[in-house]
Amino acid sequence: MTAVVSPPAARPISLGPRTMRALEALVIPLGALIASALLFSVFLILLGKSPATFFSLIWTGGFGSSFSIQNTLQRSAPLILTGLAFAIPARIGLTLIGAEGALVLGGFTAAAVAIPLVTGGIAPVVTLPLMALSAMAVGAVWIGLAGWLRHYRGVNETISSLLLSYIAVAIMNFFVEGLLRDPASANKPSTMPIGDAYRVGSMPGTSVHWGLAAGLVLAVALWILMTRTTFGFAARMTGGNVRAAKAQGLPVGFLVVACCAIAGACAGLAGFYEVAAVHGQANASLVAGYGFTGILVAFLARQNPLAVVPVAIMFGALAASGGLIQRRMGMPDATVLVLQGIIFVVLLVSETFYGRIPFLQARTTGDRT
Amino acid sequence: MTSMLSRRSLLKAGAAGLAASALPLGFARAQTPIVLGAVYVGPRDDFGWNQAHAVAMDILKQVPGVTVIEEEKVPETDAVAQSMESMINLDGANLVLATSFGYYNPFVVETAKKYPNVQFRHAAPLWNEATDPKNAGSYFCYLNQAHYVNGVAAGLSTTSNKIGFVAAKPIPSVLSNINSVLLGARSVNPAATVQVIFTGEWSMPVREAEAANALIDAGCDVITCHVDGPKVVVETAETRGVKSCGHNASQAPLAPKGFITGAEYKWETIYKIYADALAKGEALPNFIAGGYHNDMLRNSAFGAGASPEAVKAGEAAIEALKAGKPIYVGPLKDNTGKLVIEGSMDNYDPVLDGMNYLLEGVVGSIT
Amino acid sequence: MTGADLFIVLIAMVGGAIRVSTPFMFVALGECLTEKSGRINLGHEGNLVLGAMVAYAGSYTTGSPWLGVLMAGCAGLVLGALHGWICKLPKVNDIAVGIAFMSFGTGLAFFFGKPYIQPSAPRLEAIPLGDWTGNSSIAQALQVNPLFFVGIALSVFLWWAFRNMRWGLILRMTGDSAASAKAMGVSVDMVRLLATAAGGFLAGVGGAFLSLYYPGSWNEGLSSGQGLMAVALVIFARWDPVRCVFAALLFGAAGAIGPSLQSIGISQGYYFFNAAPYILTLFIMIASARSKSAAREAPGELSIVK
Repeated sequence: MTAVVSPPAARPISLGPRTMRALEALVIPLGALIASALLFSVFLILLGKSPATFFSLIWTGGFGSSFSIQNTLQRSAPLILTGLAFAIPARIGLTLIGAEGALVLGGFTAAAVAIPLVTGGIAPVVTLPLMALSAMAVGAVWIGLAGWLRHYRGVNETISSLLLSYIAVAIMNFFVEGLLRDPASANKPSTMPIGDAYRVGSMPGTSVHWGLAAGLVLAVALWILMTRTTFGFAARMTGGNVRAAKAQGLPVGFLVVACCAIAGACAGLAGFYEVAAVHGQANASLVAGYGFTGILVAFLARQNPLAVVPVAIMFGALAASGGLIQRRMGMPDATVLVLQGIIFVVLLVSETFYGRIPFLQARTTGDRT
Repeated sequence: MTSMLSRRSLLKAGAAGLAASALPLGFARAQTPIVLGAVYVGPRDDFGWNQAHAVAMDILKQVPGVTVIEEEKVPETDAVAQSMESMINLDGANLVLATSFGYYNPFVVETAKKYPNVQFRHAAPLWNEATDPKNAGSYFCYLNQAHYVNGVAAGLSTTSNKIGFVAAKPIPSVLSNINSVLLGARSVNPAATVQVIFTGEWSMPVREAEAANALIDAGCDVITCHVDGPKVVVETAETRGVKSCGHNASQAPLAPKGFITGAEYKWETIYKIYADALAKGEALPNFIAGGYHNDMLRNSAFGAGASPEAVKAGEAAIEALKAGKPIYVGPLKDNTGKLVIEGSMDNYDPVLDGMNYLLEGVVGSIT
Repeated sequence: MTGADLFIVLIAMVGGAIRVSTPFMFVALGECLTEKSGRINLGHEGNLVLGAMVAYAGSYTTGSPWLGVLMAGCAGLVLGALHGWICKLPKVNDIAVGIAFMSFGTGLAFFFGKPYIQPSAPRLEAIPLGDWTGNSSIAQALQVNPLFFVGIALSVFLWWAFRNMRWGLILRMTGDSAASAKAMGVSVDMVRLLATAAGGFLAGVGGAFLSLYYPGSWNEGLSSGQGLMAVALVIFARWDPVRCVFAALLFGAAGAIGPSLQSIGISQGYYFFNAAPYILTLFIMIASARSKSAAREAPGELSIVK
């Protein structure tokens, strides 16, 4: 066989398809962010406000100083976990909107489990992992239930997970204001405080709690699980076509319940950190909407566990700078909601450009070696 | 008893501050410019709790050398700690007013420890001299006194002798308002009862309207409430043609036919004390609490729903409260038959801060 | 519980069903229309809240509540049309866009709604159907807003139209199989855009009911998730407009259980009574689900049930 000599100089700089795809995944969201900034600027100009001031405040509030960066990261911590809680079941084709309930119930469980352990004087090194594990277990059962109902009873998981969310909040309120109420928490019914010794502190050198690190680790772990293992392959195949997956003999029921349980565990862990790092006890403040924001985080991350992280940080930055906008520009808090809405919509519209921007496409024809 | 004494002395200190504020101020100014950060849990115009604060905050905006920065709809999560820190770090705030109950522990306490040069004041009687940072503090008005006046006027305005109360959660400050309505009504009308429905949420308009309707269907002809925004409850009562009493801010314009009176905060009295202290460069008092005796409450002007005798009795009750007349005079039983108050209680007795019962005469249960 | 108490609770549930169900009904009917075309719009919470604000502002500025209702519908129509237009772009996920619109719609409503929280706008009048009974609580329960009847009539009309009218059949075909609709020369994107816009209109009207009738005021906590729940009720009602109405009525009646039980003195565990609509819906779904039938009744193109 004679060697085919291909003249390298004859071709323009050609990056491989993987590089091109990575480039595309960078260029398109950036373009979308710029486009939404322009759109929002029009909105601001119509209202007689200065876009330049607005966006410089967003920068100052979100990333402008080490304080702002920590503020942003702290706010993004629960969103990474709830984003993962939506993204994992989405890979198997389920639309679960009940992470809020798993978070609330997980946080409540952590606080409830802590009561006998803390009063019994069990060391924090034992107590905290037990709290975290029970929060994850309860979250897993709660969302797993929605998966189980879906697979074995044909109950739509979107509606059941939403209903379960409301029920979870009712359960938490019932106990927090009844049986497990700390008598000292007079005007804000709460469970007994776990106490400073049992609080999860901040990461060294920062004021950001450890929930962020947990989110990062889980994002990587779940990315590996979903893209590099047989489990992940089977789950994605089920998500693509249930019938084909069944025909292949995949344990679809197990996969569905397992993905839901993973999601619930993520949300439950977020609840654990809300209790152990933020509130120090369980009360109605656990219902903060992180579960619902996580849905959007996951969608904008295109259900990719790794992409959940930067998207959650973007949300954190917007939330962190929202207050500054209110204070400096005298604009209502809803301003950030409008901006968020515009960004989301434009980012989602930008999905349509994947694979359609000519200069970002790797020439695949004749490129195979 | 010691805590009781300290409470009394603190109250006196508050009153002294008030007296000082009445003196001519001259042109004394704060040494450093004051940046005051105010944090609200809901929208500033909710016809209720947040609005009462925001309206009073305007007083502080008039003080020379004071800049007020405001942030609304800050949830009772670490978001409030972050917001306060952001005010301090990015806007140079040196006084923070945190206006929602759930902000205090752990968020105000921990942020105060972290920023010892910034003053924090929180709108609930929670500051503890022994354990909490010295740069933190509390201010509070005992609204139950104004609800007692509501009860007096309602007791003379009801014909069914049933007063309906839409309540958010069974916590001491809400329970005290309910019980005070009952005692006020019973003081003029021994046959009066109060029926209560808990919605379980601070703001849930549809359920509040349902609760008001259920109370009216059960025969109540005066409706009052303790929720964040009483607009819906008062409007529902008006639509149904029954009378209503307000809460937090004035809802009088919402019910031209049936409005009796309403319990209102006068946060501006406290904010004026702060403003004057700031203007003179003096330290702020750590603990201010009060009620009618030191001009920190008012009742909304009596409306068309109040009969002339109700107006008269209501005004008399206000005068009596100003003179320190106690509301809780034992022996009083709760509605399960247990004796809960033996003798006469001072209106500011800290024991009342832990109220966990509904008095006999209230229909409802707290669990 | 005595007979009189039971009567009070029952009357309250009937009244609650009539008072509370209408917004759920309109959003659910709108969403039913949209989903029948094969697309899902989860963003009705945004339409509902924006509709509520626009209706209140419209009624306040024009003095006519019905003009407010119309304006609310138009605001919903615009949001719906925008959703429909965006979703016809290839690769764009309709569920995601819906959730983004939830944020966008509520943001717009809160942003522009600030000046309308304080004023009192003229509200919709009810038709007193129960005055003849001479019992004030029955009379109140039977104070019915015209929109309630509009909703019921609309549901029957939609039910009939999906089976008998040309556009109804085209809509269903588009929803069941885009390929066969295309083969018939139907523009699938146009059908879905129109269906989403019309659905948005109805959701906006549902919002108008909230701010102009019950509870009848505009503030930022008005909806508390009713738009999202109504979308879920469509799945519960298995894409049948008449069943949507029953689902909405059931939900409204269940919502009245908590307050009315407390009004007769039963308040232990009121958190669970207040959560009755959710608990009841879940149990009915579990009890009535036969693993295959729900899927069979779903429009074939619907991403959420695939």
